[in-house]
Amino acid sequence: MQRVEFDQDSTSAVNPVDDSSLTVEQAIANLHHQDKGLRYYAAWWLGRFRVRIPEAVTVLIEALEDEADRTSDDGYPLRRNAARALGKLGDTRAVPGLIACLDCSDYYVREAAAQSLGMLGDTTSIPGLMKLLAGGCAEATPIPGLPHLAQPYDAAIEALGALDAREAESLIQPFLEHPMELLQYAACRAMYQITANPTYGDRLIQALKNEKLQLRRAALADLGAIGYIKAADAIAQTLAENSLKLISLKGLLESEVKQTNDTLSADAIRVMDLMDNLL
Amino acid sequence: MIATTDLLAQKLIQAVEEADSSQRLLTAVQNLAQARLIAAIPTLIQVLGYNNPGAAVAAVDGLILIGEPVVSPLLEKLDDYNYGARAWAVRALAGIGDPRGLNTLLVAAKTDFAMSVRRGAAKGLGNLHWHQLPPEQVQTYQGEALEALIQVSQDHEWIVRYAAVVGLAALLNVTSTRPDWQARIIAQFEQMLTTDDNLAVCSRIRLAQQSN
Repeated sequence: MQRVEFDQDSTSAVNPVDDSSLTVEQAIANLHHQDKGLRYYAAWWLGRFRVRIPEAVTVLIEALEDEADRTSDDGYPLRRNAARALGKLGDTRAVPGLIACLDCSDYYVREAAAQSLGMLGDTTSIPGLMKLLAGGCAEATPIPGLPHLAQPYDAAIEALGALDAREAESLIQPFLEHPMELLQYAACRAMYQITANPTYGDRLIQALKNEKLQLRRAALADLGAIGYIKAADAIAQTLAENSLKLISLKGLLESEVKQTNDTLSADAIRVMDLMDNLL
Repeated sequence: MIATTDLLAQKLIQAVEEADSSQRLLTAVQNLAQARLIAAIPTLIQVLGYNNPGAAVAAVDGLILIGEPVVSPLLEKLDDYNYGARAWAVRALAGIGDPRGLNTLLVAAKTDFAMSVRRGAAKGLGNLHWHQLPPEQVQTYQGEALEALIQVSQDHEWIVRYAAVVGLAALLNVTSTRPDWQARIIAQFEQMLTTDDNLAVCSRIRLAQQSN
């Protein structure tokens, strides 16, 4: 089957040639092109189409140290795209370069690197990710004039949860009480992954009733990511788009099926029944 | 009696039109939807275009409850809709299951730009109320639905393929007079299990195989 996935949860290999003017060879070559726009696009493209070949990973790792592409406020756009792409390509050769990016002066490079390290699943990145949380909630406050906090706390917390970083538990725990709900949810998600304590999953179920749609959407994504099977009915009843509820339930279903070695448990069938009704 | 119903409809419709917050709109649409009144149809159809997911869900539920009388006005309105509203309208048509919706669902499942529309249409195609058709037309309609669903089961979005499996599974249950079609559906499931790498889609196929 020809597969060009647009959804973020894709894991499939793709045939990149069918849906774009670029070829794999061109995209790799373009990462050394003198036109920085083409370099930037090529980095995005290699991740977007999951070009999982060693040559692509090699040029993207080099791009993590790019000095040529700068924004007016000293950002590194090419590094951002390269860091995002490397998370999708599943090659742990990228881990040392991404860990180095956690110290980059550009917030968005640090955020992309944290997200990608969470996806790559290599526990050597845990100390670097923990450093981002070092100041605790006291330092996790809004910066006047900037749309983000000092560090990409949510990305770091989620990555540590995905890495099952038990040593980070006491660093993450205070964020359960952070004034920003999104950070509380990220902390719930990670704490559940680390401790399997249902209290945290149950808090995310409560969050599905938040009056803000944006926060209900975030809770849907978090529950899907942890595959919290008890949330199935609450997810189906949440006031939000069916598309997001379906993605969330897909997370529950896949987690359940993986735990039961591909047989269909009563819970799995229940989740599919809910999904059928949301189509 | 009729006068009372008219009065009730008027009151409920007015509440929808005068709702000045998202929450009030939702409550008003829910109340109107539950009343199951023919007079509510135009208002419920209008709500599909409000870009308010909660209210749209309630309106779709209400339209499905009313059923058959909704189909003509809904089909007439479809061309004027934006994608969001079309998705809700297709869902209503899919939920009502009236075979007059077949052509809309065929086109939507195969070609619509929005995956939510393809998804709703695919499920609906397998679940039309075939008994509402003259017996000699049933196989023609089912044949068209089958061809469309086989095609849609190769959509590039997992959720559309999932919905196609749901549609094909429903079709499998009503085509006992056509063992050749049933064999095609079963073969399509087998093939997807070897080529489709989405665990949710494959799980739904296994459920369909178990239930068959």
